[in-house]
Amino acid sequence: MGKLGHTGTPAPHDSAIKQVTGRADYTDDIPEPIGTLHAYLGCAEVARGRIEGMDLSGVLAAEGVVGVITHEDITGHNDISAVHADDEPVFPVSEVEFHGQPLCAVVATSRDLARRAAELAKIEITPLEPVLTTREALAAGGPDVTAPLKLERGDAAEGLKSAQHRLAGQMEIGGQDHMYLEGQIAFAMPGEDDDMVIHASTQHPTEAQMIAAQVLGVPANAVVVNVRRMGGGFGGKESQMNLFCCVAALAARKFGQAVKIRPDRDQDMTATGKRHDFSADYEVGFDGEGRITAVEAQLAARCGFAADLSGPVTDRALFHADNAYYYPNVRLTSRPMKTNTVSNTAFRGFGGPQGVIMAERMMEEIAYKLGKDPLDIRKANFYGVGERDVTPYHQTVEDNIIARVVEELEESSDYRARRDAIMAENAKGGILRRGIALTPVKFGISFTATWYNQAGCLLHVYKDGSIMLNHGGTEMGQGLNTKVAQVVAEAFGVDLELVKITKTTTEKVPNTSATAASSGSDLNGMAALDAAEQIKARLVAHAAEKWGDVCNDVQFADGKVLCGGEEFGWREFIAQAYADRVQLSAAGFYKTPKIHWDRAKGQGRPFYYFAYGAACSEVEIDTLTGECRVLRADILHDVGRSLNPAVDRGQVEGAFIQGMGWLTTEELWWDEAGRLRTHAPSTYKIPLASDKPREFNVRLAEWSENPERTIKRSKAVGEPPFMLGISVFEAISHAVASVADYKTCPRLDAPATPERILMAVERLKR
Amino acid sequence: MSRIHVTTTINGDETEYLCEPQDTLLDVLRDELDLTGSKEGCASGDCGACSVMLDGRLVCSCLVLGAEAEGRAVETIEGMASGEELHPLQQAFIDKAALQCGICTPGILVAAKDLLERNPDPTEEEVRYWLAGNLCRCTGYDKIIRAVLDTAADMRGAA
Ligand code: FES
Ligand code: FES
Repeated sequence: MGKLGHTGTPAPHDSAIKQVTGRADYTDDIPEPIGTLHAYLGCAEVARGRIEGMDLSGVLAAEGVVGVITHEDITGHNDISAVHADDEPVFPVSEVEFHGQPLCAVVATSRDLARRAAELAKIEITPLEPVLTTREALAAGGPDVTAPLKLERGDAAEGLKSAQHRLAGQMEIGGQDHMYLEGQIAFAMPGEDDDMVIHASTQHPTEAQMIAAQVLGVPANAVVVNVRRMGGGFGGKESQMNLFCCVAALAARKFGQAVKIRPDRDQDMTATGKRHDFSADYEVGFDGEGRITAVEAQLAARCGFAADLSGPVTDRALFHADNAYYYPNVRLTSRPMKTNTVSNTAFRGFGGPQGVIMAERMMEEIAYKLGKDPLDIRKANFYGVGERDVTPYHQTVEDNIIARVVEELEESSDYRARRDAIMAENAKGGILRRGIALTPVKFGISFTATWYNQAGCLLHVYKDGSIMLNHGGTEMGQGLNTKVAQVVAEAFGVDLELVKITKTTTEKVPNTSATAASSGSDLNGMAALDAAEQIKARLVAHAAEKWGDVCNDVQFADGKVLCGGEEFGWREFIAQAYADRVQLSAAGFYKTPKIHWDRAKGQGRPFYYFAYGAACSEVEIDTLTGECRVLRADILHDVGRSLNPAVDRGQVEGAFIQGMGWLTTEELWWDEAGRLRTHAPSTYKIPLASDKPREFNVRLAEWSENPERTIKRSKAVGEPPFMLGISVFEAISHAVASVADYKTCPRLDAPATPERILMAVERLKR
Repeated sequence: MSRIHVTTTINGDETEYLCEPQDTLLDVLRDELDLTGSKEGCASGDCGACSVMLDGRLVCSCLVLGAEAEGRAVETIEGMASGEELHPLQQAFIDKAALQCGICTPGILVAAKDLLERNPDPTEEEVRYWLAGNLCRCTGYDKIIRAVLDTAADMRGAA
């Protein structure tokens, strides 16, 4: 803690001034060289079919059209699969696998002309019978789009059999579109020989580089991918950008000009993947106190036509099907189903939220069965400390603070008294009913693909004392650059203004991981610290050499360097070090310790640590229309020792609202033909300013500190608070249950749209 | 197609441009005039990222044709600060961390400024509903609303 600008302080976002004046450049704002061409995708209009032929003569004759890119123009390998599954062509050769699948790209002198011409493509397709939903795919017996996972501990079958109570249920959990406000975009510029520079809005520059190189048929060293900032990502720009980068690069190569591709919102939503919707089947055994003895569950997901990241997503759903609860006997299986829909992908929480919400449904079911407050059931099942602390994947929970988080929130939100008051009010039987719920979250931090848990940084101190920082993470609004710069400023004891953060580029830091899994500051902060420590060590050694053995008390603070009783200004000290030929640049590196994972056995320590939180939400529903308002939400969230409380609070608030949207208004709706009918903000409703809880109390658990040696003992914050939105869903359920005197668990499917709320009310009233 | 010659005022400066009949004002601002502060989030009037003022009225520039600006006055985010001096709303958005990815920010600032000019003392409810046409996917809105309310209070105090 200390000076504004160092870690622990609410330093403003590094681009804030540019952003409020409209001067912050996003990819679409980069000036276009004269002659820049624009590409637009031509997409399939059936969900499944055999491609018999393409007649592009109309397209080629259209005004402004320069040419077309089809699979025949692919000079390298026709696959953009993030996991190299070879199941995701840039453009398919023989079979259409989802409605809206890109089949070709039209390249023209303007975006408008390319878009109009793309409509003129005549593609002859013999339709085949599509499989559209998870349940259909399950009934048909598969196939899985990637290998399923099983987690097992104890004897679930026996545990269920001998349980005092047992109940089984199903839950349909909806997907979610990212609705990043800046859509997908890539801008490729051909260079000499094979060189290609791509500016893109991607969370994963290294993957975009590798895949573009593979599709072009050139080595990775010919392709540079740059990203300065994104207008939101949320996982939607982790692998989904590969397509756009490849199309822009193929066209730039073919026509020898800079080529930009930016789909409109409708095409962005139909052609790119979303959060997986899940169908959960669970069976739970418990005692008279509501303590779980056994759980058996299957989590099946609509993955779409290709593997993409569905393997790790469905794995993470299983890793979180326990949320904060101990299951003495458990058997969990995932079913990543192949369907003829767009290939679903990463989205904040990465399958975790779908697992967590199933756990919360079981808590709710038990509570209604026993006539208790769901919070008491939750508390009875929390992981213990030193006992009842092993997860279904055999990792011991060592840092458990959930009981304290929940107790503090229960107190500060006045949960019990408000619940009583709400139920007393509901008992009077009005049209408006209220509900309240307090739900916990525990979320595992680390990429489950262990090799992703590494990061690099390139740090230069120039001889005037200014510092340039490059790390492998990407900035999408989460404040990563600000946090990492704070780490560097603090390490050198200088003002934050001295640290310049530049665009993320594969030229400076190679082989980076996606900025995902909430890992951005954990990994890149540590890599930056490593680089800074290397330079500091050289400076200290130099000082020792020059002024004698004073190594131990060289201090870097307040823009000064103190050594052996002498005080130097930072700039002066650096200038001297340069003159004395000290290397002032370093490449930092970090890999997360302790983690390992054996997927075949379903055992290991996939997570370095856990982040915790809890939310209490109160809602009001209209039992005649199904409308719903969130009256109040209280949040207590654990970020360890915060690197930047302003940034972290922003993440918590934004995640909560996004989670609330997922479970209330955001409904993805496909028709019988497999066409997505909610493909723009006109029909797909994310939360608005008017939907924000009327009262919103957000606190960080200031006492928390990460017991693991993370950067400054902080914890990751991107994803965990997303699941706090589940409290809204549970509160709605509570309000609905009031119409049948809380005798029946309403078993709402997600999202709880007004329509679903109304139907549940009607069902319960009967 | 023949291009249309338009004379208009943008952020107080008389400006001329040529545009296609179907070009939106947003296209013209971004592609012809290099005023890229206004963003395209949906191109269908549903997100507010392209908000500008047209003759003192808050509009989605993606729903206005470039040709329609003839003889009218357009104000964009680029005209909000006077020189290096930020508008109080801009300063408040920085101080209160009311932005994350920042792509909604220009549109929200334009809309919020319009609100405060019409109603210097809005209630929380009024701010929330006024900004309901401006989507933000990152912040959860709370800090935005507080920044607007606090600025309103400061500006009333200063007036
Ligand atoms: S771009 Fe104009 S309202 Fe969305
Ligand atoms: S700050 Fe990203 S959309 Fe508002």
